[in-house]
Amino acid sequence: MTPRARKTAVPDRPIAQPGRAADASPDAPATSPVRPPVTRKAPKDGSAGTAKDHERHLLHQMLRIRHFEERCVELYSASAIRGFLHLGIGEEACAVGLVEALSPEDAVVSTYREHGHALARGISMRSVMAELEGKLEGTCRGRGGSMHIFDAATRFFGGNAIVGGGLPLAVGLALADQLQDRRRVTACIFGDGAVAEGEFHESMNLAALWHLPVLFCCENNLYAMGTALARAQSETDLSLKASSYRVPAWAVDGMDVLAVDAAARHAASAVRDGGGPHFLELRTYRYRAHSMYDPDLYRDKAEIERWRARDPIPALTEALSAAGALGEEERERMEEEVAAEIEDAVAFAEAGTLEDVAELGRFVTSERGPEGTPCLP
Amino acid sequence: MTYREAMRAAIREALNRDERVFLMGEDVGRYGGCYAVSLGLLEEFGPERIRDTPMSESAFVGAGIGAALGGMRPIVEIMTVNFSFLALDQIVNNAATLLYMSGGQFSVPLVIRMTTGAGRQLAAQHSHSLEGWYTHIPGLRILAPATLEDARGMLWPALCDPDPVLIFENGILYNMEGELSDNPSGVDITSAAIRRAGEDVTVIAYGGSVRAALAAADTLAGDGISAEVIDLRSLRPLDDEAIFASVGRTHRAVVVDEGWRSGSLSAEVSARITEHAFYDLDAPVARVCSAEVPMPYAKHLEDAALPQAADVAAAVHVLGS
Repeated sequence: MTPRARKTAVPDRPIAQPGRAADASPDAPATSPVRPPVTRKAPKDGSAGTAKDHERHLLHQMLRIRHFEERCVELYSASAIRGFLHLGIGEEACAVGLVEALSPEDAVVSTYREHGHALARGISMRSVMAELEGKLEGTCRGRGGSMHIFDAATRFFGGNAIVGGGLPLAVGLALADQLQDRRRVTACIFGDGAVAEGEFHESMNLAALWHLPVLFCCENNLYAMGTALARAQSETDLSLKASSYRVPAWAVDGMDVLAVDAAARHAASAVRDGGGPHFLELRTYRYRAHSMYDPDLYRDKAEIERWRARDPIPALTEALSAAGALGEEERERMEEEVAAEIEDAVAFAEAGTLEDVAELGRFVTSERGPEGTPCLP
Repeated sequence: MTYREAMRAAIREALNRDERVFLMGEDVGRYGGCYAVSLGLLEEFGPERIRDTPMSESAFVGAGIGAALGGMRPIVEIMTVNFSFLALDQIVNNAATLLYMSGGQFSVPLVIRMTTGAGRQLAAQHSHSLEGWYTHIPGLRILAPATLEDARGMLWPALCDPDPVLIFENGILYNMEGELSDNPSGVDITSAAIRRAGEDVTVIAYGGSVRAALAAADTLAGDGISAEVIDLRSLRPLDDEAIFASVGRTHRAVVVDEGWRSGSLSAEVSARITEHAFYDLDAPVARVCSAEVPMPYAKHLEDAALPQAADVAAAVHVLGS
């Protein structure tokens, strides 16, 4: 039996297995390696909405993220946002498909390219934008910036800017759930670069060994900063690495939000039902450079164009239109809503306040009680 | 009772007191702990709460951080401070920063225990006293129990701290014997302690060096010099007031540190005395540290590399009276 055969035990529907190194090569034809499933599930809240309502919602979420980040570029050029700014433009289907599949009690551990995950998770665009502008009204009072968005209310644990550093945290969050008999999922998002880190291997092993409820989601955009996958990995089939730890793992077309949504629901539900850790490799691409500092010298423009042709947003827009589920008027209204939300967020951030410098030392350690006693949580 | 048993009692008491507490680390369960601190606890508390981990320092320390975020009160054991560097990313980039980066939203109530120090012929990858490096990091509390009472009493208040606490147990102390009261309520973890009162010189030490300092004080007493011995106990934050008050009385200070001299905790203590108590001094601050070599295996070389009581006494004599 081949190692690959073991993996097929997990998804309950056949998923085409992509080729190995050839698919992972940046020069590979940008065709979908995985066909989305035929059936769509109803919205998770069980409302009376139809499957098409859910798809329109996914489109709306992707548009929010796309236009938010496009606006970030302008604000960066205007110096309203500083520091490192990593954009996920092109990767919205991963953020939306994955995060939409989670429940409010679940946890998310993300990376420094996390604006999309944060917005999809329901953190207000106002507070995310205010954080990017370093304002007190931001998610973290301006202490974290673009790379470090945290939100206790939605159980969003960063915004981790050490590649691979979030994986052990996710393992621990899941361990806490297991020890306290809570049926929760911890979704741990990381990039292909993290797979080369020891923390990836240690965490996969520990999560599998202890059968912990972690949903590992690798957003494979083919580049670890500027280093192509094939230049960094001896084995470029990342699911295969995960499955070597006996973690059910498979690749998903990360440019198809419906495919990600379906795979993430399936995997999250398996994790929640006590199936132990699962691993999804979301095959995606970022259209823009690694960060605003990156001159993007390491990629072929034609490669970027090939991936742009598979942009998840027009793809879903066209599919919905063709199915008669999205009229031109409705599409325009959606765009207008998104534009208005962004303008509101920018205005909110710009009207925000700067934290008093006298507060610089706050939260190095927890606030104490009146007699220096710790305020026990 | 030994220091090892005192620490075991502390872990047992914490496990009994709060069901959120659990212990994890390499060989803490079936093996009984690499220094036998947790011997018998697996049988008493079961594998959920006494968790053997793979040799994956970064993953299990990070898992401790995550479990703390998830509402647990983990005690993570790392075999030695040298091995803790495999988890340095998690300790420094996550445990120490999450509260601040998150604008006060996520505290990390985690305790990490590890062995430090030389004296057991374990050579250059198991013997260094690198706790001073951790004292550089804002967001961490660093403790060094030097007595049975502190071995027993520091763990519970450390677990009650909402922020990460590192406890450094000098391996040479594990077999130290003494008497201990039945009171498990914990000790103050914020202040230094005067282990021997004196008038002529302040000897500042911590952890494994406290014994050398006390032995030196005995010798010095025979020479007519009354040495006060301060045990720092908390290496971060430092109890500046206790140090300055003592130096204000004795006008002389010797800092003993099993770490290397360059860029060390002893340098920090010395600098603070110079900054804040300079005009109280009748002589320059002296330091007794380990020789700046990777710790050698051979016993005579190791002894020569470590601060010994005679070195401390000699340093005091150099300061004059």
